[in-house]
Amino acid sequence: MEVPILLDFEKKKLGSLHAKLKILYAKREKREKDYQTIKKLETKLQSKAAVIYKKLSCWQRTQVARHSSRPYTSDYIQHIFKDFIEIHGDRLYKDDRSILAGLAVFNGRSVVVVGHQKGRNTQENIEFNFGMPNPEGYRKALRLFKLADKFSMPIITFIDTPGAYPGIGAEKRGQASAIATNLQQMFSIKVPIIAIVIGEGGSGGALALSVADHIHMLENSVYSVISPESCASILWRDASYKKEAAEALKNDAKTAFRFGIVDSIIEEVPGGAHRDSMLTAKHVGEAIEKSLKTLSRKSVATLLAERIEKFAKVGEFL
Amino acid sequence: MQNNIDSPDGQNNNDYESWLDRPKYTNVKTLEDRTETRIPQGTWVKCENCLSQLSIEQLEKNSYVCLKCDEHLTISTDKWISLLSDKNSFKELFSQIKTSDPLEFKTAGNSYKDKISLLQKKLQVDEAVKVGRATLNDIPILLSVMEFSFIGGSMGSVVGERIFLAMKMAADKKIPFISVARSGGARMHEGILSLMQMAKTSAGTSMLSKAGSPFISIITQPTMGGVTASFASLGDIIIAEPRTQIGFAGPRVIQEAVKQKLPKNFQSAESLLENGFLDMIVSRNNLKQTLSQIINILKN
Ligand SMILES: [Zn+2]
Repeated sequence: MEVPILLDFEKKKLGSLHAKLKILYAKREKREKDYQTIKKLETKLQSKAAVIYKKLSCWQRTQVARHSSRPYTSDYIQHIFKDFIEIHGDRLYKDDRSILAGLAVFNGRSVVVVGHQKGRNTQENIEFNFGMPNPEGYRKALRLFKLADKFSMPIITFIDTPGAYPGIGAEKRGQASAIATNLQQMFSIKVPIIAIVIGEGGSGGALALSVADHIHMLENSVYSVISPESCASILWRDASYKKEAAEALKNDAKTAFRFGIVDSIIEEVPGGAHRDSMLTAKHVGEAIEKSLKTLSRKSVATLLAERIEKFAKVGEFL
Repeated sequence: MQNNIDSPDGQNNNDYESWLDRPKYTNVKTLEDRTETRIPQGTWVKCENCLSQLSIEQLEKNSYVCLKCDEHLTISTDKWISLLSDKNSFKELFSQIKTSDPLEFKTAGNSYKDKISLLQKKLQVDEAVKVGRATLNDIPILLSVMEFSFIGGSMGSVVGERIFLAMKMAADKKIPFISVARSGGARMHEGILSLMQMAKTSAGTSMLSKAGSPFISIITQPTMGGVTASFASLGDIIIAEPRTQIGFAGPRVIQEAVKQKLPKNFQSAESLLENGFLDMIVSRNNLKQTLSQIINILKN
């Protein structure tokens, strides 16, 4: 058993319960009484967390979305797909590990799964480049989308990235072009595409996997044109105004839903997805199943026309 | 590292605000405005690059390209329109679509709404793009020109909608769509709505492709972030002006992320051409002729 680290806004209310649980979990030989205490404390923590999580600010949600114990693409693949076979490389230059892609079976149906992959420790973070793809990642994704198209397999994408990697090589090898190409090509893929924002929807780097027929967002995930830190350092000239920037950007799921960008908000367990990965994955699986049912009934022509229409109607003006 | 790419340390690919800090852009009036409103005929203008004194008449004849150093001086949207379209052929479209403030976006003491109305008054430009119908050497086209002086040419809902509708019209009429890009990227003040305009304008390019309408993308100084990472990079033919800065992330963001000096000519049109991401670099003086040549061959 492990207890996820507390975020700053949780410490005051959950701190002591958290500390007690940590000790009990670590205890080598637990007695019947210890299990009972653990159960009791866990219930108490969950209900206290539920109160805190009922009303989170946009900045707090950003913190939850970035929590190091939050379920990642690989966790969802493990929990809700069968027979996953990872596919590597863009056939042009490299295999970008910050995008995890492969074939799998979902509720008996063959599908293609593509998602940003983050790491949980230093070694993994280097391996997955903090979930920040280079152009090769987007090209690998597009290769898989075309494979899905060829074999009539629906596509499921998981969105969880701080953004596309801002590197010298990334620019030289056409980061902008790779993202743009995905945005354009995804409008021609003749199979249902379902995207789930599971953590950070960081700008163009997130969008390049999200041109989907249905987009779902986890309750505490965020999706934005720019990170609160970056926005603050540009508009406030000081990155420490990240809280204010997050509120101004309104990077939460509710806002994306209000503007018709997101089709549904997937409820997380009280206290955030990281407190119960299994249950969160179950909810995600249900949302995918529901979307697949609706989308599979549509003709290719309808599917493609509605995908364009979905994005064509996004925008607010006088 | 939890910063957004479009972010690390904050100066991201959206850092058009910092572009505006450059001396070149602090005077939001374009050269042409100065020419028409303030400087009487026959006076001289200083080149932004080599600082040579150039006469307005000479510049006018040379498409506002410096005769000494070939610097392509910043010109207004209307100047671009008259440069590329036949005389009096341009009819603006979709100008009834006006900017709103969907997020009620405020920074310390400043609201987006106020910023918009202030700029509209000051620049006599209503948004960061103007689109319309025109002819180019008698070929009917749809034309879109971005305006950098309006919040760094950033793309929000209005820019996305106008470009998308113009692309749709070009696709419906099966005529060429020509875009002049210059932009710092997606507009922060409209949050996720701005991000989605990248997908929306890319959807437009997909419609152009299906209709067989040629799309020629002209990239001018500077084009970064969400505009480079969407429609501007999706032309059937992509042309840049000499020495244009073209990229995804801003140079300072990259420097911060990689902790090393950036190579010479990094993100320049010349290096993009070398790396295979541009079809050609064309001097402004030859641009209209090149465009009509390309369209005539494509549509033959
Ligand atoms: Zn000069």
